[in-house]
Amino acid sequence: MFGLTRHQLLGFAVLVVVVIAAPFVLYPIVVMQVMCYAIFAMGTNLLMGSVGLLSLGQAAYFGLGGYVAGYLVESLGLTPEVGIIAGALAGAALGTVFGWLSIRRQTIYFAMITLALAQIIYFFAVQLTDFTGGENGIQGIPRGKLFDVFPLTRDLAIYVVVAVIFLAAFLFVYRVVHSPFGQVVKAIRDNEPRAISLGYKATNYKWVIFILAATLAGIAGGTKAMVMGIQTLSDVGTSVSGLVVLMVLLGGIGTIFGPIIGALIVVAMQYYLAPFGAWVVVIQGAIFMICVLVFRRGIIGELAYRLRAEL
Amino acid sequence: MAEAILETAGLSKVFGGFSAVSDVKLRIETNSIHALIGPNGAGKTTCFNLLTKFLQPSAGTIHFQGEDITRLKPADIARRGLVRSFQISAVFGHLTAAENIRIALQRKRGRSFDFWRSDAVLRRYNDRAHELLFDVGLADAAATPAAELSYGRKRALEIATTLALDPVLMLLDEPTAGMTEADVLRIVALIGRIRAGRSILMVEHNLSVVSGLSDRITVLTRGRILAEGDYQTVANNRDVITAYLGTDYA
Repeated sequence: MFGLTRHQLLGFAVLVVVVIAAPFVLYPIVVMQVMCYAIFAMGTNLLMGSVGLLSLGQAAYFGLGGYVAGYLVESLGLTPEVGIIAGALAGAALGTVFGWLSIRRQTIYFAMITLALAQIIYFFAVQLTDFTGGENGIQGIPRGKLFDVFPLTRDLAIYVVVAVIFLAAFLFVYRVVHSPFGQVVKAIRDNEPRAISLGYKATNYKWVIFILAATLAGIAGGTKAMVMGIQTLSDVGTSVSGLVVLMVLLGGIGTIFGPIIGALIVVAMQYYLAPFGAWVVVIQGAIFMICVLVFRRGIIGELAYRLRAEL
Repeated sequence: MAEAILETAGLSKVFGGFSAVSDVKLRIETNSIHALIGPNGAGKTTCFNLLTKFLQPSAGTIHFQGEDITRLKPADIARRGLVRSFQISAVFGHLTAAENIRIALQRKRGRSFDFWRSDAVLRRYNDRAHELLFDVGLADAAATPAAELSYGRKRALEIATTLALDPVLMLLDEPTAGMTEADVLRIVALIGRIRAGRSILMVEHNLSVVSGLSDRITVLTRGRILAEGDYQTVANNRDVITAYLGTDYA
């Protein structure tokens, strides 16, 4: 089905079962947060894994998606699906512009440009208080009614929506990687000059990947704003950009299940380590270092390597 | 005189005051094999990179099939049928040998930004990919990741990938560099087989390869053309002998 291998199909089946069972076992809000961050991380993983570009500014698209969705639903009273779609489009539009500005650079230069551009968005978020609420953020975003019909006030109701978006995003990313386009992108990652010499404009392919990553970040941000009912400055700050990179690294760069596991671990840490206050950051830092030093492939990456399978 | 497929005039490249290539006038005839030789540092690879647009010339013009391509980008000239190989074997290591060739074949689809489509649409290129692999003696390696192939076989794969674009003019950058004697013979035989209906420009160190294959040879030293002609003419040229072996032999 969908071109998934046996291992991947098994993984996907487990994923679906877990997504269905989770809200009855765990606190649904936390699981939804995991799924939102997983969508965000899957996009970032596209950028890091398939074209090898480390962006330190992914929070810009995530945050913008959240603000746009939050504003449209809270201030203009639009329905949640409109908010999320608008968030996705806002992410895509910003990614198109910022991608164009940054994609010609590589390695640390690319990382610095993405960081600088994201900071611009952060400061806009601080200043444009009419739109973002500044330091207060957008409070009390109503979940409203999906398609103006189905009320999403109950956690389980919105859970179904988030789960559908999450699984669709997963299959979408899988398809991108296993498309004719994805094949060219792999070639560019392996040997860019050679791909160019065969007639491929490498920069344009990276740009499309960048836009896709920004779009997924926008969807993730918009969905998260709907779930939490608030959108704050912290969603657009550098720490979120760092967090999503951590998720990808923990799970395993370039793996298809890695970002989900990474998001799960990071969100679970934030939630269960919350009593330790500021120490969460220190613990995250320690885990990040251990991950880089000990198992560089990440959790799923290591598993895939052991099983000699693509996961 | 036969028609020229590629012609340069006054081609020069300066790197911060150092003239790597100066005033090079090359004329490659259609359906010929033209070799570019010269001692280390003669500017062969720079010249090559200028022709394939990986470097922009400081001065001079390049005409391909009568059209000025001096200001075009590398991907654009590849689309016109001027395709290069690389000195360091350039394959896509994580892709299988067959997929490597498919990358070249699928370019003809034109619209390759379709990230929403399944890669199953690429299956129609499998037959042609296997034919090409068979041609270069890699039929058994179709499903092997390119990174795992031996050096000589990587070069063969690279040539097959270049051929997949059906180039009008192939530019081979030291096709036999670093190869074992057996691999060299294989590549020479391969180039001999694929030359029909194509023009080839190659940079080469191995003189036995050059003597056996090329119709015309251009010798470069210090970025300038020293001599040009068929193998006999060039091999007997006193300047060439001096450049290669030193003044005592001349």
